[in-house]
Amino acid sequence: MSMLEDRVRASLLAARRWHGAEIAFWLLALAVFWLFPRNLLLLNEIAILALFALSLDLILGFAGIVSLGHAAFLGLGAYAAGLLAKHGIGDPLVGLAFAMVVSGLAGLLASPLIVKGNDLTRLMVTLGVALILHEIANSWGSLTGGADGLQGIAINPVLGLFSFDLFGKTAYLYSLSVLFVLFLVARRMMNSPFGLSLRAIRDNSLRAAASGVPPSQRLALIYTIAASYAGAAGALIAQTSQFVSLDVLDFHRSADVMLVLIIGGPGYLYGGMIGAIVFKFLQDTISAFTPQYWMFWIGLFLVLFVLRGRTLIHGGVKLIMFRLPARVRGKRS
Amino acid sequence: MLTILFDGIAYGMVLFVLACGLSVTMGLMNFVNLAHGAFAMLGGYITVILMQRLGVPFLLTLPLAFIGVALVGVVLERVLYRPMYGKNHLDQVMFTIGIVFMAVAGADYLMGSSQQIIKLPAWLQGRFNIGGVGIGKYRLFVLVICGILAFSLQWGFTKTRFGSRLRASVDDARVARGLGIPVNRLFALTFALGSGLAGLGGALGIELMGLDPSFPLKFMIYFLVVVTVGGTSTITGPFFAAMLLGVADVAGKYFVPEIGAFIIYVLMVILLIVRPDGLFARGRA
Amino acid sequence: MSAVLQTNALVKTFGGIMATDRIDFTLEKGARHALIGPNGAGKTTFVNLLTGVLQPTSGTVVLNGEDITQLSRESRVKRGMARTFQINQLFSTMTPLAMIALVTSERLGYGVRAFSKLDHDRRVIEETAAILAQFRLEDIMDNSIASLPYGKQRQVEIAAAFAAQPSVLLLDEPAAGVPEAERRELLNIVGSLPSDVSVLLIEHDMDIIFRFATRITVLVNGRVLADGDPTIIARDPAVRAAYLGEVSHA
Repeated sequence: MSMLEDRVRASLLAARRWHGAEIAFWLLALAVFWLFPRNLLLLNEIAILALFALSLDLILGFAGIVSLGHAAFLGLGAYAAGLLAKHGIGDPLVGLAFAMVVSGLAGLLASPLIVKGNDLTRLMVTLGVALILHEIANSWGSLTGGADGLQGIAINPVLGLFSFDLFGKTAYLYSLSVLFVLFLVARRMMNSPFGLSLRAIRDNSLRAAASGVPPSQRLALIYTIAASYAGAAGALIAQTSQFVSLDVLDFHRSADVMLVLIIGGPGYLYGGMIGAIVFKFLQDTISAFTPQYWMFWIGLFLVLFVLRGRTLIHGGVKLIMFRLPARVRGKRS
Repeated sequence: MLTILFDGIAYGMVLFVLACGLSVTMGLMNFVNLAHGAFAMLGGYITVILMQRLGVPFLLTLPLAFIGVALVGVVLERVLYRPMYGKNHLDQVMFTIGIVFMAVAGADYLMGSSQQIIKLPAWLQGRFNIGGVGIGKYRLFVLVICGILAFSLQWGFTKTRFGSRLRASVDDARVARGLGIPVNRLFALTFALGSGLAGLGGALGIELMGLDPSFPLKFMIYFLVVVTVGGTSTITGPFFAAMLLGVADVAGKYFVPEIGAFIIYVLMVILLIVRPDGLFARGRA
Repeated sequence: MSAVLQTNALVKTFGGIMATDRIDFTLEKGARHALIGPNGAGKTTFVNLLTGVLQPTSGTVVLNGEDITQLSRESRVKRGMARTFQINQLFSTMTPLAMIALVTSERLGYGVRAFSKLDHDRRVIEETAAILAQFRLEDIMDNSIASLPYGKQRQVEIAAAFAAQPSVLLLDEPAAGVPEAERRELLNIVGSLPSDVSVLLIEHDMDIIFRFATRITVLVNGRVLADGDPTIIARDPAVRAAYLGEVSHA
């Protein structure tokens, strides 16, 4: 019997072991700091977008919740961090924590709506909440700066040592660090009993309930966590650009982040990051040709991707992540 | 006060015509078509082009907008939408958002980004004064047209063979197929009809809601509200939902202009909390 | 002779149809109790009412002396009632190991632990291994559930229900759809369930019932037609009429 127990333990352990590709990924992410010193502002945007996409992955990839308004939490976090700094508390880590708490709370408040109701209701509610926040930010100009955006944000140096410079050096390392830490936490969560129960709910919620899993409670929890992650991404926007525009609550933000996630593929935590890289690259390239009609090409990309491209790209990713390492391992043994 | 009620009802009527196609489509194929507003926008632009570039009288542009968009609907359904039926909701959402983006950018490129203004025929301009209540002529016209449409749709839905086949298919597509009802063909027809109605609604709505390339995005949530609140299994459900929405929107914008649009969203969220399956949805056993 | 599960005047109506018509039912401790009836008699509806998938129109469900009528599905599982489904309801993206580990960690109350590692807790590992061995799933424990043959999937279905360590186990046609070759192993497993677990079995196959059941309840049109010893039930003319009647309509 003990041999079987060892096998069981080994299997469970294997599920959460770090792949070589993962380690390579993070080392590369750090290395670009020295490899592309002139593109750090763009890289910073990619890191922030990756974090935002990671937050969506938590609810979409792991819990199956389709949200049309995830930007609501991005915006909440951005304005929270921005306002905190503007009114005297300029430490970025404090601002980050504050933003995460505010958006997490919002997520918690919204979760009963999200958890009940069907797919269509959820789309409506998420869209509606984002629109409400957009309206509030637009109208409450005295607080948010309205359509002109929130200005006059002064951020203190990170940990009192690294001040934000014009080239994005501090910004990129700061955003990357936040992304990495939050990623580690998310990774641990998804490999925990909690994460397993989420996968169960996503896979077959009838069976999940029949196995003792309380779907509403778990979904509410992950939604709250995802909201606070999105808030963190928002805080990074506010802190690294020292400006919050109304655009942060726009519908296209919610649509873009969904596209980012499905490019990379939901459900394995890296999809958002890969998607962010591809998306920003696309955006950069296309905007060089047609800055005004970028929306058209993104729309076309979306249509083609959903119709055909998904199997192509995801097949490629799976090949790199799973089959190649297996073949290498096979050769060794 | 009554004028506002009247205006709200007229507005609601147009919303109904715009959204009822979406409602039946969603109920029938369980397909989330966020691009519905793009069809409406197309109808509006057809009217604008016909009137401004070809001098076609306004009244004639209406059936032309309907037919034109319905035809586009037939083609798009065949070519683009059909492969999407089996896919999950996320894919459908992303796909239709892609279409919206293309439509919005396309309209911007072809027609420019400014609001379109049409010149209504003289007999539709101005207002009547009935017992101290101002009744806009155009709004009255819209109310009558849409009212007739609503009655015909309800009649068609409940009293004709096509309608009963449609209702059966909405209720349970699998059983309907088993009974020999050609559900896919039904859907193609319904999609075309719904798109045509959206186009007509877009044409009628130029004067009431404006027309610019951001129309599909601006009104996406209105259509979704009508469908969610009104349910997808009847014609009367979306009708009353649209009325409610129209009156609330007009009244809100009049009485509290700073947060006018805001009220709709709050109302919708509250409604969905109380009744997650919609106000008028028929209870499913 | 004590009752672990009981219903009192349980009623369920759908629109105009009375799917469950004032059923008084008792499951004794340690029972091997079969529920039979023609198609459409309301057997699965009854199980859905017991497990909380459906809410009754009136009447109560009592488990181990506690009224559970208002409780959610997952709460009932926590109180010791588990079920299998007529058509397999599995986690197709998981392995048998993962599925059993899930049920086990939920049972131990670890479900909310977001920061502990799955392989960390000894009890989860021990109990998961025990279940896998008991249901002879060790060789396929790392295979994707979707890739398993139907009979093996059925075994996983029963194993998952059992991993919740229920005092009451509801098996909804466990052998349905299982090819002949895999049936014997499945039935051996059902037959060797511990005697302190009370089992309610829904079945059509009379051989299985006679092999297994010590008591039978016959359900027709949502109502209890007969209840008692298997050999007596088999000879009951009213029961035969109900089944023969169904055959002649087919």
